[in-house]
Amino acid sequence: MPDLLLELFCEEIPARMQAGAAESLRKLVTDALVERGLVYEGAKAFVTPRRLALAVHGLPAQQPDTHEERKGPRVGAPQPAIDGFLKAAGLTSIEQASIESDPKKGEFYIARLHKHGRATPEVIAEILPAVIRAFPWPKSMRWGKGSTSPTTLRWVRPLQSILCTFGPETEEPEIVAFEVDGIRSGDTTRGHRFLSEGTIRVRRLEDWMAKLEAAFVVVDRERRKDIILADAKDLALAQGLELVEDAGLLEEIAGLVEWPVVLMGSFDPAFLDVPDEVVRATIRINQKCFVLRDPATGRLANKFVLVSNLAASDGGRQIIAGNERVIRARLSDAKFFWETDQKTNATVPLEDRLEKFGNVTFHEKLGSQLERIKRIAALAKALAPIVGADPELAEQAALYAKSDLRTEVVGEFPEVQGLMGRYYARLEGLPEEIAAAAEEHYKPQGPTDRVPTAPVSVAVALADKLDTLAGFWAIDEKPTGSKDPYALRRAALGVVRISLDNSLPLKLAPVLKVAVEQSSRATLEVAKASGGSVGGGRATRIVEGWGATDVDVIDLLSFFADRLKVHLREAGARHDLVDAVFALPDQDDLLLVVKRVEALGRFLSTEDGKNLLAGTKRAANILRIEEKKDGVAYEGGVDVVLLHEPEEHALAESIAALGPQIEQALAREDFEAAMALLAGLRAPVDAFFEKVTVNADDPALRVNRLRLLADIRAATRTIADFDRIEG
Amino acid sequence: MIDPALPPHMRPDNSFQGLILALHAFWADKGCVVLQPYDMEVGAGTFHPATTLRALGPLPWKAAYVQPSRRPKDGRYGKNPNRLQHYYQYQVILKPSPADLQDLYLASLSAIGIDLNLHDVRFVEDDWESPTLGAWGLGWECWCDGMEVSQFTYFQQVAGFECAPVAGELTYGLERLAMYVQGVENVYDLNFNGREGDEKVTYGDVFLQAEEEYSRHNFEHADTRMLFEQFKMAESAAAKYLEAGWEDGTKARHLMAQPAYDQCIKASHVFNLLDARGVISVTERQSYILRVRELAKACGAAWLATAAGGTPAP
Repeated sequence: MPDLLLELFCEEIPARMQAGAAESLRKLVTDALVERGLVYEGAKAFVTPRRLALAVHGLPAQQPDTHEERKGPRVGAPQPAIDGFLKAAGLTSIEQASIESDPKKGEFYIARLHKHGRATPEVIAEILPAVIRAFPWPKSMRWGKGSTSPTTLRWVRPLQSILCTFGPETEEPEIVAFEVDGIRSGDTTRGHRFLSEGTIRVRRLEDWMAKLEAAFVVVDRERRKDIILADAKDLALAQGLELVEDAGLLEEIAGLVEWPVVLMGSFDPAFLDVPDEVVRATIRINQKCFVLRDPATGRLANKFVLVSNLAASDGGRQIIAGNERVIRARLSDAKFFWETDQKTNATVPLEDRLEKFGNVTFHEKLGSQLERIKRIAALAKALAPIVGADPELAEQAALYAKSDLRTEVVGEFPEVQGLMGRYYARLEGLPEEIAAAAEEHYKPQGPTDRVPTAPVSVAVALADKLDTLAGFWAIDEKPTGSKDPYALRRAALGVVRISLDNSLPLKLAPVLKVAVEQSSRATLEVAKASGGSVGGGRATRIVEGWGATDVDVIDLLSFFADRLKVHLREAGARHDLVDAVFALPDQDDLLLVVKRVEALGRFLSTEDGKNLLAGTKRAANILRIEEKKDGVAYEGGVDVVLLHEPEEHALAESIAALGPQIEQALAREDFEAAMALLAGLRAPVDAFFEKVTVNADDPALRVNRLRLLADIRAATRTIADFDRIEG
Repeated sequence: MIDPALPPHMRPDNSFQGLILALHAFWADKGCVVLQPYDMEVGAGTFHPATTLRALGPLPWKAAYVQPSRRPKDGRYGKNPNRLQHYYQYQVILKPSPADLQDLYLASLSAIGIDLNLHDVRFVEDDWESPTLGAWGLGWECWCDGMEVSQFTYFQQVAGFECAPVAGELTYGLERLAMYVQGVENVYDLNFNGREGDEKVTYGDVFLQAEEEYSRHNFEHADTRMLFEQFKMAESAAAKYLEAGWEDGTKARHLMAQPAYDQCIKASHVFNLLDARGVISVTERQSYILRVRELAKACGAAWLATAAGGTPAP
């Protein structure tokens, strides 16, 4: 079976787009082949900085023939009907059609159309120009003389040549001939930009790979990655060092070279005075080089690994020297920033450094970064007693936590924010709690990130996230659908994880109220300062004490409930139990919600729990029906005089006795005990339903019994809304 | 390869001016008009009308020139070995972009002494955008042994107009390149004239004092009241010239596109100075950029209505 080879040769494709482009090419071409009846055995795409290629293996030489029958009008039908049929079937005369007879319809015409499948190369030549013209590059461009035409080809960078061959393994393949914007397909390509000269003629995949390898191009991206990683590790090992692996960097570098040559350079060890993370960021981001670790100390070594695209005639001596010079310059910048920051911190008091944040806008409707820091500090102080932190220390930590954002190092390398705060706090001799909070208050960044546990860090982390949420709620920038530009879901999930992992007894509603009030005041001040309308709306009402924050607090609480549901569901909890607990009023303590859900889950797995759930549901069902019939809602008020049957007495007494005990248990937040008490209702409830007819003939008895059912419902509702529980 | 006929003091790897002359010779040989710097303060070679304006319209254009560029914020009082508030860019513009532009660029590196068999030259994605000029393009930063030595861009849009045809732009950072080929660590140590001994003139001899003086000026003393005023004056003058330039009051032909564009350049530079003085807040910053862009767009529209912009005189 024949194979197809396609190579699109162009100027350097951005590294970040290469993997996606290879996958798109494979999918677009193979889908189009299959759609046209050309089923293949296998396909693989290749990508280097200068070429995007596809090999499709085991294609048929031509499309399968197709047979189609098309029914026509009756024999003797009017001429216009006959003409219409001929035209639709592509026939020139009615003699070309056959006649068939049908017992019901009589004789009618039928056209039997045999379509020979077209030769595969012909089909490919039709598919490829369309695929190339509509290729989904994230960004594409025009170039050259042709760029004046509105129909000019757009490509990621100028497309230079196309190679396309088709044929069986044993024979000389043919060129699949087509043209895109003046570029004619052929059977030649080029090797490495500097290590190879002239064009190379290629027959098929194996040939293409071998000849390009000989022309210093490793076409397989995964192989380039393997080579880089293996050689880098070897070089490190030879020096007694360890490579600091970096998958993202490896991906990127594999997209920057066709012929990876791994080399090692070094720098002045004096630069290791700068924190490792900063050295690494400098070398990684600016120079796309790997750093190395000394296994003896765990710290970075004064060496780096660079990957060049050239097997240089001097063995890479000049390339290494050049890279070392650039890295030296970059590291001296980093060292300068690091030292400047320390000097600034030593000479400028924190208050004065903070004042500078007054000129930095956090959000145009929420005012400056300084205002925000003050809000976070106030919240952190308020949260401190709850999380077991010293309030003064928490406030101080919050005031310090963002201060590294204005340092030179973080200005240059934003990804070391927080971490630099920790370094600088230590150097300033601040308490370790403040240093830790500077780094940890950003955590957790995602569902797998570490959760802070030190009380001061926890207070600042919570305050930071709650202020963010309250702020964006106050200016009505809530997440919608898939859009969450301020990562508010992540912030809420952070609060959930911090509360649960640290078992914090945190009631969210009052804290949120403070946070929302602070933010609303901030928006009002911004609006006033800009001379714009004060907005008449919510901000004004809040400040005037109209209590409109409640709307936001309630809305935020349900946002937290949603996050918690997602979190618990992912941890394997039953969503109906979560719903049943959230259906109760005032559920703003995440830890208690979870404890309650857990206790409920355990209770419902017992015999007592299952039966009581069934009994309660039965009571609720009857009530629903009867309440609808009567147009009233039954609630308590059982008349002891009207209790006739012993089972009625027993149930009423159980409820009366257990109710207060359950309440006490709940007040102690002892859900296990509450559930155990609730289990005591199982027997009386079962007996009641067995012996007593609720809908008694005597209306007074009936109402009294319905009230008794309402008491069951009420008793269970102190624990959860059993109605929402499945089963 | 460096022209072997050159005497040592003229060689691009010995002399800063030799480097410039080698690039001039190279691009003159490729058919470029070799222009002189534009006689106004600009932030980059792209601002020269030979690039910004000539990139617009259908007419072919090939030019090469050195452009002194001012980045007030990058001043370091002469203390930083790499950063300058005034430096030279070597700018090449070829419209339409030739099919072998990458090869031409690489050949120009050879001509100034970068041996492509010894040095790792790479094209690393870098999309270019100038918010003040309403311009963008796709291309690369060109790396030599890990150092960015040039910017390579296929202009897609300038002054808010599609480039048709597309121009290719090459921008060489001359000081960096010279430091590289001369093997010098500090920009002020560059040999400017290629001579040795008493006759040697360094980059520091020529520019160190200026860097110190202008850093003081840019960060501490530039008269902000005057600058704010100048910005407004340039903006309103540009508007005035643009308005007055339309022939017969119709929008068919423009007679003063270049003087109007000068005021746009002026406004842009004044804004950069104000920015360096730290007197423009983040929100204001955006609005200043927008104001310059509006001027650039109007100038682009005017240019397209001139002969060189592709609208022949009747």
